[in-house]
Parts: sequence; structure tokens; C-alpha cells
Amino acid sequence: MSDAHETKSAAVPAHDDHPVDLNNYIRRCVYIFISILCAVALMIWISYLPAHYSWAMKSALILLVAACNAFVVAGFLMHLISEKKMIYTVLGFTVIFVLGLFWLTWYAMNDFPTGTTMH
Amino acid sequence: MEIPYTIQARPDTGVYNAKLGIWLFLASEVMLFGGLFSSYVLLRVGAEPGMWPHGWLDVRLGTANTIILALSAITTLLAWAACKVGQFGKFKFFHACTLLCALAFLGIKSYEYHDKWIHYEIKLNDGTFADGHLVEKSEDFDLAKKTGTVTLHGRIVNDETLLYDLRSQKDIKLDEVTVKAADIKQMENYGPWHNTYLAIYFTMTGLHALHILGGSIVIGFLWGPGRKMWKTNPTQFTNRIEVSGLFWHFVDLVWIFLFPVLYLT
Repeated sequence: MSDAHETKSAAVPAHDDHPVDLNNYIRRCVYIFISILCAVALMIWISYLPAHYSWAMKSALILLVAACNAFVVAGFLMHLISEKKMIYTVLGFTVIFVLGLFWLTWYAMNDFPTGTTMH
Repeated sequence: MEIPYTIQARPDTGVYNAKLGIWLFLASEVMLFGGLFSSYVLLRVGAEPGMWPHGWLDVRLGTANTIILALSAITTLLAWAACKVGQFGKFKFFHACTLLCALAFLGIKSYEYHDKWIHYEIKLNDGTFADGHLVEKSEDFDLAKKTGTVTLHGRIVNDETLLYDLRSQKDIKLDEVTVKAADIKQMENYGPWHNTYLAIYFTMTGLHALHILGGSIVIGFLWGPGRKMWKTNPTQFTNRIEVSGLFWHFVDLVWIFLFPVLYLT
């Protein structure tokens, strides 16, 4: 039994929205992997900066690098840079709801019951 | 009955149904993890100065897991690309690599959990704190009856805040510390109940690990018994690989933020 047979013609989907050249893909994946490694190294380096850099500044920089890293993964590995309008619509609504969720948290930070005393 | 649009794109959405389905599912997952990240920010900002742990997690292990997960994301994509060009042998190889990476990730995470599980903070009657990894408990050790001793590989400190910021302290000397049960006021391991940091750490990484486990089962199925579909319907099989791959990339995305938030900031 050989289930490892190559079926070059049969495997191409009818709607070929992401055409593939495997060797090209492997080369691109190597670049993406190296960029992810660089981003991780940069985040670690920032976290070990001396104490006179404030925690807030270091956190902001680290999260900025993490966001760039996430853009690479979502954009290239998940093909989000060339997706259909429907997917962007779903993600657009998701972003709105997530921002609303974070806003609620921020709002709740200062929403103390009447009569609360701070020590 | 034939299920429509498993291969062809639906005219009104422009994508096949499973793809729209997985993106809707991922949208709900973004809300789930978004709620937890939001909770983390609330706890972190609300913590008393000096009472939020730094350096409790091993950055080397976190980095290793980040690299492993990134590698698995790459191999998942290559597995799908191999299917697209009809090279089933390469698909099996890349998908096997993904599975191995997933197992390695879970193995390292289990080690980290175990490390926290055997790490104890003991508040002593004289106001000092013994902190370290459990070496042994004497056979007659009973905290309720105040009998026996417990030995830790760690240190004794006068101020509990010294146990929180491990990053800024240089040359922490660890030794074997034996404590009598009679001297113990409170003894607790570094489980999720220990403080809010560990509670949110175990919740977020535990939920993420469950996603890794679930994704591994799906990928394992497609690599094993599910690959029979390649013979009968290779296009639909390729779509399945794409959908499972999208989930896997999402899991990688979550870790991209979990790692800096929990290990580095």
C-alpha cells in the first residue's frame, strides 16, 4: 500500500487563491523564521536593559516588537496580506469588539463603589 | 447528502465554508484570550509597588518554547504547501515535524509547571521566609501536628519583597535549608493559589497548552487516519490542512504575546 503517491494534478484546488511554488515557499519560510528569531532576541535584549529605563518604556518597546512579530506571522503564515474581503470584515468586527473589551477593563479600573476609601 | 462548498468558494463569501468557519471561530478565540490579557493588565496595574514578581520564570525555557512553536508554524505552512503541489511525502514529513514540535512544547511546559509545583514559600514563626525547591520531607512530617522537618534548596530572607524581584538581585546564594514543622506558620507551593501572578500565569498558559493539545490531536488525526482522504479527495484534504494550520498559527500568535508579557515584562 502506498499512500505517499504523488498526485500533482489532482491536488490543486479549484479556487487557487494562494498559488504555491514549494521551493520558493521554503525560502520565504526561512526568512520568516529568521525574522521571528531576531524579534525574540530583540525582546529579550530590551527586557535586560539597565534599570534607568523605566518598566513602562521597556514594556511598550517589547510589546511593539511582539506586535511586529505577530504581523509577520498573521500576514505571511496566515496569508492575511492577501485574503478575501469577507475575512477582513470578520477581523474588523473582532478588532472593534476586542478594543471595546479592553476599554471596559480600563474603565473598570477607576470605577469604585460609592464610599470606597483609598489607603 | 453532499455538503456544499467544501472545495469551491461560496459565491457570496468568496471562500469555502470551512475557512469562513475557522475564521469565525478564531474571532471568538481572540475574544477569549483578549479577556484574559485584559484581566492580566488589570491585575498588573493594580498590584502594589514591588509586589509583582519579576524573574520567576526561566527566560531560557520560554525562549526555547517560542522558537519551537515558531518552527512548528513554519512546518505547518510547508505541509499545506506540499499538499497544494501534490507532494504527499513531503506533507507527511512536515506534519510529523509539527507534531514533534508540539510534543516538545508541552514537555517543556510540563517541566515548568513541575518546577513551580515543588517550589515552596514557608512563612516562619519568627517573621522570616524560607523559599526554595523541595528536597525532602521527613517521614514524620505533619504540618497540622507540627512534627518532622522539611528541607528546601533555597534561602531564608527577612523581607518577603525580596522574593518578588529576582531579576534585580545579583548573586543569590542558594543552599539546603531545613525547617522544623513546629517553626512553620504557613507553607504553600507556587501553585495558582499562591498569588495573582501565578493565578493568571497558570490560567493563561494552561488554556494555551490545552489549545496546543487540541491542535495536536487534530494534526495527528490528519497525519494518521485522516490522510485516507488524500486518495479520494485531495483538494478537500488540502483545505482541511489549511484550516487546521490557521488554528495552529493562531495558537502561535497567542504565544507571541504570552511570552513577553509573562516572562519579560
